[in-house]
Amino acid sequence: MATAAAHHEEHPGGLTRWLFTTNHKDIGTLYLWFAFIMFFVGGAMAMVIRAELFQPGMQMVEPHFFNQMTTVHALVMIFGGVMPAFVGLANWQIPMMIGAPDMALPRMNNWSFWLLPPAATLLIMSLFMPGGGPAAGWTIYPPLSTQGGMGMDFAILTIHMLGFSSILGSMNIIATILNMRAPGMTLMKMPLFVWTWLITAFLLLAAIPVLAGAVTMLLTDRHFGTSFFDAAGGGDPVMFQHVFWFFGHPEVYILVLPAFGVFSQIIPTFARKPLFGYSSMVFATATIAFLSFIVWAHHMYTVGMPMAGELFFMYSTMLIAVPTGVKVFNWIATMWRGSMTFETPMLYAIAGVFLFTIGGLSGLMLAITPADFQYHDTYFVVAHFHYVIFAGSVLALMGAAYFWLPKWTGHMYNERLGKLHFWLTTISFNVTFFPQHFLGLAGMPRRIPDYALQFTEFNQISSIGAFVLGLSQLLFLYIVVQTIKGGKQATDRVWEGAEGLEWTVPSPAPYHTFATAPQVK
Amino acid sequence: MSAAKGSYYLPDPSPWPVVTSVGLFFLALGFIFLINSVDGGQWLMLAGVLTIVYMMIRWFGQVIRESEGGAYDDQVDRSFRWSMSWFIFSEIMFFAAFFGALFYARQFAGPWLDNTELLWPGFDFNWPSAGPEGPAAATPSTPPAGPNQFSPMGAWGIPAINTAILLSSGFTVTMAHWGIQKDNRGQLVTWLFLTIVLAIVFVGLQAYEYVHAYTELGLTLGTGIYGATFFMLTGFHGFHVTVGTIMLSVILGRSIKGHFTSGHHFGFEGVAWYWHFVDVVWLGLFIFVYWL
Amino acid sequence: MLKSCVINLKHILYRLFSGMGMSLVPGLAFAEYGLNFQRPVTAIAHELLWLHNAILIICVAILVIVFSFMFYAIIMHRKGRGHQAAKFHDNTTLEIVWTVIPFVILVVMAVPSTATLLKMDDTSNPDMTVQIVGYQWKWKYEYPEQDLSFFSALTTPREQIENQADKGENYLLEVDNPMVLPVGKKIRFVLTANDVLHAWWVPQLGVKKDAIPGYINEMWTQIDEPGTYRGQCAELCGKDHGFMPIVVEAVSEEEFAKWASVQKAKMVAAETRAAKTWSRDELMERGEQIYKQACVACHGATGAGIPGVFPAITGSKISTGPVAAHLDIVLNGKAGTAMQAFKGQLNDADLAAVVTYERNALGNKKGDLVQPAEVKALR
Ligand code: HEA
Ligand code: HEA
Ligand code: HEC
Ligand code: CUA
Ligand SMILES: [Cu+2]
Repeated sequence: MATAAAHHEEHPGGLTRWLFTTNHKDIGTLYLWFAFIMFFVGGAMAMVIRAELFQPGMQMVEPHFFNQMTTVHALVMIFGGVMPAFVGLANWQIPMMIGAPDMALPRMNNWSFWLLPPAATLLIMSLFMPGGGPAAGWTIYPPLSTQGGMGMDFAILTIHMLGFSSILGSMNIIATILNMRAPGMTLMKMPLFVWTWLITAFLLLAAIPVLAGAVTMLLTDRHFGTSFFDAAGGGDPVMFQHVFWFFGHPEVYILVLPAFGVFSQIIPTFARKPLFGYSSMVFATATIAFLSFIVWAHHMYTVGMPMAGELFFMYSTMLIAVPTGVKVFNWIATMWRGSMTFETPMLYAIAGVFLFTIGGLSGLMLAITPADFQYHDTYFVVAHFHYVIFAGSVLALMGAAYFWLPKWTGHMYNERLGKLHFWLTTISFNVTFFPQHFLGLAGMPRRIPDYALQFTEFNQISSIGAFVLGLSQLLFLYIVVQTIKGGKQATDRVWEGAEGLEWTVPSPAPYHTFATAPQVK
Repeated sequence: MSAAKGSYYLPDPSPWPVVTSVGLFFLALGFIFLINSVDGGQWLMLAGVLTIVYMMIRWFGQVIRESEGGAYDDQVDRSFRWSMSWFIFSEIMFFAAFFGALFYARQFAGPWLDNTELLWPGFDFNWPSAGPEGPAAATPSTPPAGPNQFSPMGAWGIPAINTAILLSSGFTVTMAHWGIQKDNRGQLVTWLFLTIVLAIVFVGLQAYEYVHAYTELGLTLGTGIYGATFFMLTGFHGFHVTVGTIMLSVILGRSIKGHFTSGHHFGFEGVAWYWHFVDVVWLGLFIFVYWL
Repeated sequence: MLKSCVINLKHILYRLFSGMGMSLVPGLAFAEYGLNFQRPVTAIAHELLWLHNAILIICVAILVIVFSFMFYAIIMHRKGRGHQAAKFHDNTTLEIVWTVIPFVILVVMAVPSTATLLKMDDTSNPDMTVQIVGYQWKWKYEYPEQDLSFFSALTTPREQIENQADKGENYLLEVDNPMVLPVGKKIRFVLTANDVLHAWWVPQLGVKKDAIPGYINEMWTQIDEPGTYRGQCAELCGKDHGFMPIVVEAVSEEEFAKWASVQKAKMVAAETRAAKTWSRDELMERGEQIYKQACVACHGATGAGIPGVFPAITGSKISTGPVAAHLDIVLNGKAGTAMQAFKGQLNDADLAAVVTYERNALGNKKGDLVQPAEVKALR
């Protein structure tokens, strides 16, 4: 199909192209590279954590620095890695998928991105300030976070800026999806990735400002004499936890819903069969989003809530398994009696679904209040959330990268290396995090730099897995760079079973796509 | 203009977003230094603020030129509407966090502290409260008896007047809106001007109330949970009113210059929405912070 | 070195394989393998283990059943085998079925969970009460009925932690004064904290609750068999969160009574000792002991602290300035910082000693002495 982009393709060159750009593809690229760098920064911190935990005793770092590593690792990975990576995908894909010329508000789009580097700079800078970076865990619970040096203030301001970026990004995504669809692209014809992002954007708009409120109260408690979280003045430290998790739980679905969207694009493509249960997928996503706002206190079973609260949050949390199950079943039904091939993106999607479910099921175990009294704040929780976040979100991101790289660069990646990267990543991921389930059950608390002797062996296995996992990502970097530089020319369609507007434009996708809107039947 | 590429207006590359971010970076860094007594914080902040103000003038100037130049068609207008409404939604959630803190402190934390004889012997929780170790509450708006007492803010003095002011400003801004819809510029400008006068009176009264609280009522940010929720909620609201007033003033200036038509005035409407949002939040404040 | 590596490798392989086997039969997996909960010693802990095993088995079963379909499809429905793609993409009946069945499973899980939770919550009619207070980084145990109160902190030597000595059997899980409890009694714990959040957790007892400054939490336990049970603080509480273990010694009722009277006598003796006037050497010696025990975690062995977080004692304005200000910060702490009030933790003599020590050691040379009487006057 013809695109109007054939005429001017011009844009400023050099650095200003990237600094001033209003093009959704450029901005998408910026987001993706930013996220990639942040993954490596956060990954490096994880390596420090795993190196210290390789043996009992203190070898590499001081306990105070270890806590900074844990805290900043999580903040960098979540706010700098996964969230921007998905916004990058949204920028690249949503306009192409709905037949729009660009995002609805391109200049603001650029601003959403350029808020990230200064924010990340603040966070990383804090590590070099007197007293070091934030060291109270990524959940920054007071009163611990009201003590201590200025690292926490850096973290708070970072969160403000990153949060503002997310809010602007979500407004833009909503306006784009609701207002920029090509004629005939009704809501119920949108690709599922677009749907999941629409719902994620609402989650962001409702959740992020609450986090901003929480950290603002923390800031005033620290420096301006308020007593929100101080019992002596009538406040309550636990109140922070309520406000934080009112944001925090929706946040974890913010991390994973776009990943569900990615799975829903990849699986039908390589099963060569339409997505099973499209409307129930949409409905399930919306249900998950709704439920995510009424389950937050499952992170706080041990704070001593009234019984009614404990029961309510247990039941509501368990309920989330139902819509999530619907999604898992739909994916499997999509594969069922398909005509499957297993290129790298499909491998990532399958492994992602499978391993995510393991994490989801351990989440369900955590949801059982009395049992959680034993699991809470142990490595069982650490294992749970790395299964859902790494296997859900990060594997989806990697799959998405392989899936769309040909469209973005015009070149096919090296399939053999891609598969190698897949096997290295998934195997070492499991070696890293599966043993952590046992550690948690046997009683190893999280966020400790040193541990009792009976935990030694599993920690060693975990650390070895982590080092391999970290190294394997260098291969990923190599593959991506190689694909950008050259490789077999990709066709427009790229994948045999690919459906959707983005596959109707040339590869690489021209700088401006759909200046005149396509007609969707 | 790049609008030529299709019907939907796509702006050319722009330096302003990056400039803003650089300004924000210095503002944030300077602020952190300032509150941690590191030298030079205030200068970094000043540099940040100046950058941001300069950017705003340039960026908004450009938007106004584009708007008046007819670059924005109906579809662009709709994009603005969607994003402005959801932005306001996110602002509501921001206030919700503080309202949530207020409810939690009153409904849960207070009674629990009251029941914790072991740690806080003799503490009786009654709202308004500054907690077991904070000063005790006197009756509203009467001077406290000593340093160990504070007086909460009564509802029926200035706050009630302020409620009336904000409600009337909601009315005046709507009158201005009708003006623009009828292309009656006189009505638009007059009522907009009245709105701004009301807004300024509101902020002035609020400032007077703060001074009164600090100097006579012994009520400060540090007055336990009552002072914290009172000042944070009213303070953030006041900040939003101030921002809204500045936006209204810009719109007034543009109206006087002859901008906006009955068919094309999102700039006005966006600000009017924002104003109504500020208005509604105030109602919440009046009821839950001052009255109940 | 090499030998220990080989031995380690053997352990690793052993655990890996037993791990695979045991995770399939979770009911059998026990502490020996470190694969499941530690051996329970209370009725609640038994119930929790049962509950955990039950949900684990259900979850594993769900995983196996659901994904056997996927793996079947992956093997059979592949293009490489020439399988043609079907066209279906909807089936309402199926979708209702797989919404309802999970829901039913959840209800089945919720029933025993609710029952156990209600039991855990019931702190009524205890035989005795112990109050637990979390401090950075030690626990304080108070027995109101026995009129006892003492601190309990890590005893693992620094050399072991820094790998200069072989690690002992209970590395990081040993304390100076364990909590002693009688078996067969329902004990109510009243839990709070002094500075930041902590959480008191002993896995074998099946109790864990957060200790929250300014608020009180309750929980209970009833231990069936005598023994020593170890746990750790389970809520991040700052630098030494990993170094604040919990040791509970469960003993018979007679032994408990004996222990309580011995403990009481020790407390009285310490108080009488505190009242006398001390010599410089005595103060410095005692002061060093106290410093190593109570202050070193933050201010460091050399008094250098951690810049930006914990101030140095060496050359500090306060510890080289007037005695009154120095005593004030040690007695009353500083609100909103990690510097805690030590007046409830140390007696007059210990406070006088540690302040004297700080003024005349760690690179400071004020030359003055502080006597217990001066401390007493400031309380
Ligand atoms: C991507 C992120 C992500 C996702 C998707 C989830 C998903 C879930 N999480 Fe997780 N969680 C985290 C990230 C995430 N979590 C993080 C980061 C933490 C730790 C935070 C911290 O303290 O630092 C955490 C902690 C956490 C806790 C607190 C533990 C503790 O601290 O003690 C709990 C407790 O209920 C929980 C539960 C759940 C549940 C029930 C789900 C459910 O959504 C899972 C639903 C999925 C399934 C159940 C599998 C598929 C379903 C089927 C195959 C159908 C059939 C199934 C049944 C009938 C059972 N999570
Ligand atoms: C997105 C979230 C995310 C990710 C990806 C990871 C990744 C990893 N995490 Fe992290 N982790 C958290 C979120 C995450 N973690 C959180 C929230 C906590 C809790 C913190 C707290 O207690 O406060 C935590 C805590 C935590 C702990 C517990 C620390 C403690 O309790 O003290 C450990 C210990 O082993 C650990 C290890 C690892 C390891 C080895 C990885 C490895 O996977 C790292 C190797 C990976 C890389 C080197 C990068 C690879 C990825 C890419 C290259 C993808 C790029 C793709 C595109 C851009 C398309 N993590
Ligand atoms: C949990 C951490 C911690 C422990 C344990 C601790 N302190 Fe401190 N101490 C601090 C902190 C933090 C400050 C800084 C307070 C401030 O910001 O003014 C401080 C300040 C001080 C000061 C003032 C130093 C100055 O010049 O500002 C003295 C003196 C002091 N502590 C003595 C002691 C003594 C004596 C002990 C043991 C009996 C002790 N501290 C135990 C954290 C601790
Ligand atoms: Cu105390 Cu962790
Ligand atoms: Cu959650």
